[in-house]
Amino acid sequence: MFDQQTVEMLLTGVWDTIYMTVVATFFSYIFGMVMGVVLVICRKDGIRPNALVYSVLDVVVNLTRSFPFLILMIAVIPFTRFLVGTTIGNNATVVPLVLAAAPFVARLVESSLLEVDHGVVEAAQSMGATTWQIISKVLLPEARPSLLNGSAVAAITILGYSAMSGAVGGGGLGKLAIMYGYNRYQTDIMIATVVLLIIIVQAFQSLGNWATRRSDKRTP
Amino acid sequence: MSQTTDSPIIRIQGLEKRFVGNNTDIFALRGIDLDIGRGDIFGIIGRSGAGKSTLVRCINMLERPTGGQVLFDRQDLCTLPDAALREARRSMGMIFQQFNLLMQRTALQNICFPLELAGVKADTARRRAEELLELVGLANRRDSYPSQLSGGQKQRVAIARALATRPRVLLCDEATSALDPATTDSILALIKDINAQLGITAVVITHEMSVIEKICSHVAIISKGVIVEQGAVEEIFFHPQTEAARRLVLPEALQNLPDGRYYRLIFNGRSSFEPVISNIVLECGCPVNIMYADTRDINGTAFGQMVLQLPEEDAARTRILTYAKAHSIMLEEMSHV
Repeated sequence: MFDQQTVEMLLTGVWDTIYMTVVATFFSYIFGMVMGVVLVICRKDGIRPNALVYSVLDVVVNLTRSFPFLILMIAVIPFTRFLVGTTIGNNATVVPLVLAAAPFVARLVESSLLEVDHGVVEAAQSMGATTWQIISKVLLPEARPSLLNGSAVAAITILGYSAMSGAVGGGGLGKLAIMYGYNRYQTDIMIATVVLLIIIVQAFQSLGNWATRRSDKRTP
Repeated sequence: MSQTTDSPIIRIQGLEKRFVGNNTDIFALRGIDLDIGRGDIFGIIGRSGAGKSTLVRCINMLERPTGGQVLFDRQDLCTLPDAALREARRSMGMIFQQFNLLMQRTALQNICFPLELAGVKADTARRRAEELLELVGLANRRDSYPSQLSGGQKQRVAIARALATRPRVLLCDEATSALDPATTDSILALIKDINAQLGITAVVITHEMSVIEKICSHVAIISKGVIVEQGAVEEIFFHPQTEAARRLVLPEALQNLPDGRYYRLIFNGRSSFEPVISNIVLECGCPVNIMYADTRDINGTAFGQMVLQLPEEDAARTRILTYAKAHSIMLEEMSHV
């Protein structure tokens, strides 16, 4: 159906998309996890209530999340250049991806951690656990299945963003779809990229489901 | 830390817990004074909303009292800095109605948990946990997750976990309220065993008089945030002084008796060998109406109680009361319930 060259181009696109998604998801979790944890412990009924920290972070998260990704991506171009040295290509795309996804991840992590039964936290407190021990030994491990499930959701959202980034210098399948499918009316390539994206999304979701099921000890 | 054997292990003085309400503050607890003796099984009983859970949670500062003192081995927990409080908490195990086990850890790992928190080496912790699984009779379930255990088994794991750091006190917050009667009995027996074998003081929060009767040596009755009565369990059972105590000693069914003169007859081991009622009827020549009767096992001794309706007629009633007094039969009028 496609010649050798097109197939190679598509495969490179697949690789670029997966690369951007995985790297951006990883860094989003580093920041998002911290923010999510802080949101949970600083809540009014959290283990270290702090109204100031909570409301500031809450507003920051909401603000960042209301930015349309494309606008955010353009707005942070100077920052991206400062960090990566360029504004095009996979690594450059990762920067705005992380900026956009980290607050989203923070919300996912927050809601996962809130699912942990407060009684268990209390039990840990009654045993003399420190705040850090409650986070590392109770909240995160007990929320693990839910966190894994959330990470699949986050990865898929980031994948969607990465495809959008093709419009302004990002790589991957999104770029191919826009360059060939949209600008050059090559519908077959457009369809191919969409099908490939669907497959990747399915793969992420299945992987997420599998990991969630495997880690969950709540059902006998 | 000085420890004399006869000083109470927990002394609560003037404890108060106030929640800030919209218009007025709400007192969950007020003026609580309690001494919990070393090695006692101390029951705290009250209806739901009476403040008993708040009280037990004030003992280990899960709930911060707004006034008063909680002395644990003479150390005021209310004023302890965080690190010292965490240390003190390791000397007080706690178990809960909903067990509160870590769902993503096996039974063994759950029991290791407090030891991990205390920084005990992993293999030492494991050995200790295995010992405790043995103690609570779950050695064969060491690798089961809580979701694979029954309610009673979960509570046994929770008890083992609470004992891991060798506490001196075990706080039980409605520990049997989510369990069926047979399982309740086995958990209570386990708590009693632990108290006897390891000399751990137990504080038992419950809304069921039967729990108090089965294992407690002392009891405090809490109602609307105030301790209304406290003492040895037999004492409260024989001579309930307050409305709240009477409600606990007598069944719900007796709350709405028709008008009449009701008396409570209490049997101990001795009097149960005599045909007391027949004797009263024969000797006094007037009928009595038995409204209610039961026997209870209080700390291993059977006690019976009956609620009798005596004649309205004063002369007949006086005869019966005089007879009872002469034969040291405990018969006391029930103020209207």
